Amino acid sequence: MDFELNEEQQMLADTVERWLASNYDFASRQRLCATPAGFSAENWAQLADLGLLGLNVPAEHGGLGAGASETLIVMRAFGRALLAEPYLPTAVMAVEGFKAAGTPAQQSHFLPRIVSGELRFALALLEPGARYDLAAVDTRATARADELESGYVLQGRKGVVLQGAAAQWLIVSTQLGGTGGTQPGVALFVVDAAAPGVRLHSFPTIDGLRCAEIAFEQVRLRADARLATAEQGADVIDRMVARGIAALCAESVGAMERLIELTVDYLKSRRQFGQPIATFQALQHRVAEMLTAAEQARAMAFMAAARVDDPDLNERRRALSAAKALVGQSGRLIGEQAVQLHGGMGMTDELAVGHYFKRLLGIDLSFGDSEYHLERFGEFL
Amino acid sequence: MDLQDSSEDRQFRAQVRSFVADHLPADIRARVLGFQRVERQDYVRWQRILHAQGWGAPGWPREFGGTGWSARWRSIFEEECFEAGAPRQMPFGLSMVGPVLIRFGTEAQRARFLPRIVSNDDWWCQGYSEPGAGSDLASLKMRAEQHNGGYVVNGQKTWTSFAHWANWIFCLVRTRAEGKPQAGISFLLIEMGTPGVRVKPIRTLDQGCDVNEVFFDEVVVPAEQRVGEENAGWTIAKYLLGHERSAIAGIGMCKRLLRRVKELAREQCKSGRPLIDDARFRQRIAQLEIELMSQEWSLMRLTSQEQAGKPIGAEASILKIRGSQIQQDLGRLLMECAGPYAIPYVPEALAEGAPGLLGLDPTLNGLAAQYLDLRKVSIYGGTNEVQKNLVAQSVLR
Repeated sequence: MDFELNEEQQMLADTVERWLASNYDFASRQRLCATPAGFSAENWAQLADLGLLGLNVPAEHGGLGAGASETLIVMRAFGRALLAEPYLPTAVMAVEGFKAAGTPAQQSHFLPRIVSGELRFALALLEPGARYDLAAVDTRATARADELESGYVLQGRKGVVLQGAAAQWLIVSTQLGGTGGTQPGVALFVVDAAAPGVRLHSFPTIDGLRCAEIAFEQVRLRADARLATAEQGADVIDRMVARGIAALCAESVGAMERLIELTVDYLKSRRQFGQPIATFQALQHRVAEMLTAAEQARAMAFMAAARVDDPDLNERRRALSAAKALVGQSGRLIGEQAVQLHGGMGMTDELAVGHYFKRLLGIDLSFGDSEYHLERFGEFL
Repeated sequence: MDLQDSSEDRQFRAQVRSFVADHLPADIRARVLGFQRVERQDYVRWQRILHAQGWGAPGWPREFGGTGWSARWRSIFEEECFEAGAPRQMPFGLSMVGPVLIRFGTEAQRARFLPRIVSNDDWWCQGYSEPGAGSDLASLKMRAEQHNGGYVVNGQKTWTSFAHWANWIFCLVRTRAEGKPQAGISFLLIEMGTPGVRVKPIRTLDQGCDVNEVFFDEVVVPAEQRVGEENAGWTIAKYLLGHERSAIAGIGMCKRLLRRVKELAREQCKSGRPLIDDARFRQRIAQLEIELMSQEWSLMRLTSQEQAGKPIGAEASILKIRGSQIQQDLGRLLMECAGPYAIPYVPEALAEGAPGLLGLDPTLNGLAAQYLDLRKVSIYGGTNEVQKNLVAQSVLR
């Protein structure tokens, strides 16, 4: 076991950090978040040029064929910079979906287009009122057979689709119905977001990004739109979400590390009672608690990357719930303390501190918050 | 010792309850209980309704237009108002500059300002903190120099709540640079419309703009707008901070949050059952309700002690620390009621008459923003770190 970066990984880290350093300062991130789209198509093209969109895509489809460790490296750097582009749903989660369940035709159609930056994806999995339960699916795909072609009709509603409006294509979880009644399990479909009957409303999120509510009304799908059968779907969702959680843990750690740096700088420069407030022991102990929480989270982010491809489903779930629960708690603690240590300044929209706190919160609320994962972990005791 | 409310206390409670039920406008009540944005006009309307009843200044003696109520009656009044969904009475006039004028003001100042506070003809704000003077308030720099028998004021205040709604501000200013910092501070009343006063909003984490920076550029202030002696402002500041601390025990806000948590936890479902039936969630609500009960009885105990002429000391800081933590924990629970629907946030939709949310549940919009906004309660009015220092020093020094 070795936690040091090898030469290739070091090059990857350098590439990402260099690009972020010259293209992604806090002020430009804030301007991006204020635009209607909430991200930059130009940045997206550059991420493609750097090969990062193909990080997880097998070499035969034009990608780098890298694994969870490389995703950790990239996401941690993105976390430091508060990246707003929809990298996670497209380059991490959708790619995993195609790798896990895509037909050869689907893989060779979609994966190269993800690598080139042409197509972005979002995951339409959650439904209103279901909280974090990905198995509670009422959206329905019904088999149809017309004179000209066979296929499906999609009907239903999805909620809190992260970065939904940025995507040209959606991966949608459904019940699967046909002449023989509803099949047990959850199926997955690849749906053109511009297809007739898809209605999407985009909303800003608490952390400056976007999410969407999406209604599907009699959306006609071709037979080859099915990504996973009702038998496969739950497992594929689990794999995609596992990848997503591992990546979010890494992003969170990057955000925590930067937030602690910002806080330490502030404590050293802010003076009250004739001295830097960094000299007060009560505040020093807070910093110690923040560093401790960050180290716990960092350990869990590595553990998540190590377990995310574990073929043992229970072991994988258990590990990712442990990681997500602890990373969520650490993120909240560090965010809350960073604001407190900045005093009133921490409450302002102007400083980056609050935006890091909000991203940490947004990460905790995505794919199950720390309470949810604590409970899920408990099921494996 | 008698730990029960007297029959007069109970009658008084019933009287307040029926008055508020009859007179609190339904639209204001709905906004307050629904955690929608409460506007300046809402606060003013409610204050004027109370004023017409003679209840405009519950904390003041009768001779100054107050009710002359006992501390217990003031608590009962506050509890009932909060419970019914009334907006809070803004503290800047009633609990801050009002008591200062009653204690330190001249006859003329009292006559000029006190009635307009009770009727809400004046809206006051507080000019204490400066960019370089937060926890270390005594290091404040805003200068007031003598000029033609009055003062010329230059400098800046910050974190000024509702300065954009206010027509008066009370300020701590530096009138002497030499000697101990505390000994060179004076207390001035400044009209916001005076030439040279400029308000700049500060956008906060929740995307709201309740706080402001206030700039003073060659602002002329007549001498009769100084309260107390020149360079005696620190005594007044300390007197006022004592008042502010007990006000931010935050019991009213805690109760309102708790009630909202229970409502939402009944409405929202988890795995097909109301969230409030979830054992862990239920326990967390229970824990906070118990802590709130303790907070309430502490306040009753300390108010009674104060009424008996025994001043309270570090206990005020304890109330502030606990009150802020309970509010923040409740804010988190409230946010968790929404599950993943805490993620979308449309700030504009919090205002009255705003366009709809196109299918998003408006009761969940803004819960994460509120959690973020509640982080301020452990910062304002003296950070919890400063409060803990005071508590520790009360026995260690």
